[in-house]
Amino acid sequence: MTIQWTSSVVPACGTDVVVTRGGAGSPVIILHRDIGTPEHLAFYDALAAKHEVIIPNHPGFGASIRPDWVRATRDLAVVYRALIGTLGLQSATLIGLGFGGWIAAEMATFAPHDTKKLVLAGAMGIKPPEGDIFDQALVSYIEYVKEGLHDVAVFDRIYGARPSSEQLVLWDLCREMSFRVAWKPYMFNAALPELLRGVQAKTLIVWGDDDRIVPTSAGAVYAASLPNATRTTIANAGHLIELEQPDAFAQAILPFLASA
Amino acid sequence: MHLMYFTEQPMKDYPADAGLEIGFTSLLMSNKHFDPVAGSRLYNEFLENYVYAEEMGVDGIMLNEHHNAPFCMQAKANIFASLLAGMTKRVKIVLLGNPLPLNDNPVRLAEELAMIDMISKGRLVSGFVRGGGQEQLATNANPAYNRERFQEAHDLIVKAWTVPGPFRWEGKHFHQRVVNPWALPLQQPHPRIWIPGVISHETIVWAAQNGYPYIALNTSIEDTKKIWARYDAAAAEVGYTPGPENRGYLIRCHVAETEEKALESARQFLWMDGEFTGRLKPVWASPSGYFSPSSRQTFVEFVAGQSASPSRPRKTFEQQVADLQIVAGTPEQVVKSLRTIMRETRPGIMAFWGNEGRMSQPDARTSIRLLGQEVMPALRETAKELDLKSPFEADMPVSRAWANAQAARQAAE
Repeated sequence: MTIQWTSSVVPACGTDVVVTRGGAGSPVIILHRDIGTPEHLAFYDALAAKHEVIIPNHPGFGASIRPDWVRATRDLAVVYRALIGTLGLQSATLIGLGFGGWIAAEMATFAPHDTKKLVLAGAMGIKPPEGDIFDQALVSYIEYVKEGLHDVAVFDRIYGARPSSEQLVLWDLCREMSFRVAWKPYMFNAALPELLRGVQAKTLIVWGDDDRIVPTSAGAVYAASLPNATRTTIANAGHLIELEQPDAFAQAILPFLASA
Repeated sequence: MHLMYFTEQPMKDYPADAGLEIGFTSLLMSNKHFDPVAGSRLYNEFLENYVYAEEMGVDGIMLNEHHNAPFCMQAKANIFASLLAGMTKRVKIVLLGNPLPLNDNPVRLAEELAMIDMISKGRLVSGFVRGGGQEQLATNANPAYNRERFQEAHDLIVKAWTVPGPFRWEGKHFHQRVVNPWALPLQQPHPRIWIPGVISHETIVWAAQNGYPYIALNTSIEDTKKIWARYDAAAAEVGYTPGPENRGYLIRCHVAETEEKALESARQFLWMDGEFTGRLKPVWASPSGYFSPSSRQTFVEFVAGQSASPSRPRKTFEQQVADLQIVAGTPEQVVKSLRTIMRETRPGIMAFWGNEGRMSQPDARTSIRLLGQEVMPALRETAKELDLKSPFEADMPVSRAWANAQAARQAAE
């Protein structure tokens, strides 16, 4: 089955967000990573076979314009709360990948009864008790993406051996916006573990077994802070699980989404 | 003409083989390789040389700062400026400059600079810079807000110097309940502000709009001319015509008793480039948000290792000598080359980057002596012939804002 994907611009908090949608079923919102997202992914198609999949492009991360005033990850979370209100999806399920997991977690803390279900995959946002979140500022765009992979051969398959200038510019825009919202402290909110204690949503915490970007100890803190959380691990995956193991990742999520 | 002496303060005793092994000599090169015993000796040699430069007749000492790298030991320009304020008598102390975005409290900077100006009896020139890319990483200053922080810190410092306190400052990046420093500059309305740079168009235009002299850092004659064209156009837009007093130029210049000796020592100007390809990872030089959005495509290709540095194209020693970006020789030879630069680019300020790398201390002192005693007197004659006046000689207003305010006051009277 071929999924038809369409894009539109949705206003939220005075800015415009490019939103891509495809599939049918109960809605799930996917929040992408700090490196942006390719337009099409097998992982998105797998979810869209069962759900209406909604993928907003974060403000400032390339497709969506950069609002000058967005200076914290929580600002993005508030923009998205407004956005899903406009879309009539207050009680949607949120699937957050890496940095997008941090945004999803912040959104859940704002409206602890509204988020239907929460999937956090290698989520940033919490200071790991052991190790640190890998600092992209010290490596090139290409090195950063490769650090996120268990099998670097996946890089060439998705981005090509020599990524285009357009891709480099996109990664640079994403990185600049990441710095604007999460430079210091780098990629976490010290209050988040406490704020998460009120979140009622059933949560699935997913980690690649070779995630070198966000230490698994951060996943343990998420699990301990969220009252209704379960954890699972995807084998042979780094941080970028949806690029490396799209099927296994989708198969881990779909039963969770279907459950009561 | 204002003629000053400069050195990067190289940590010449660092183990080059360690740099060769890891492939870079900055930011992440472990400071286990830093030898404080050598550091102590070198800092004191630099101090002796600055004092000697004053004795030999230079007009100014130019100071800068960098972080986490053996190519520059000076981690805080204000410390050497403070020392020289007390140790020298006549020379201008020219900071090029304090990297404003790296500092979290501009009022403290305003205080420090005011103290240096008073202690030196009004000899401070207070340049400001954005700081290099890797400096943002070394000090954890957000590169995405580099220009905002530069602008706001500048505005706050100038206000702290010129508007009586107490006042409050609630900005984007800096917040002060009470701005009321009990240390104010001796020079009125405030010390001169000079802005050094290489290629950043925004900074050239900003300096011109503010009426601050721009110091071109060792650019080729052709590029220097482009800088002045851009500067002059921006100045014309805000209603004034710049002259040599708006133009500064830094040149690597080593002088010795013989040409052979000078050229041999001058190779030290490339002391680190010669060791391996690239002293730092491109991504450290150009963190996202730091460079101009208008040249994003050029920079991302550099960062990804797909193109050469847009700011510092690599050239051989011979090419740089041929292009007059390195001038080395006997005093007569050096004067001849420098006159060409003066005729072609008409600066009112020149800085001589006299010593670098592993040049010996006696060679460094000889170069300073010949620069001060033989080269500079000849250049002053040339400056008279070409009518190249420094900001001091031209009695240039410290800024356009100040000149406009003065004009408004006079009109009101």
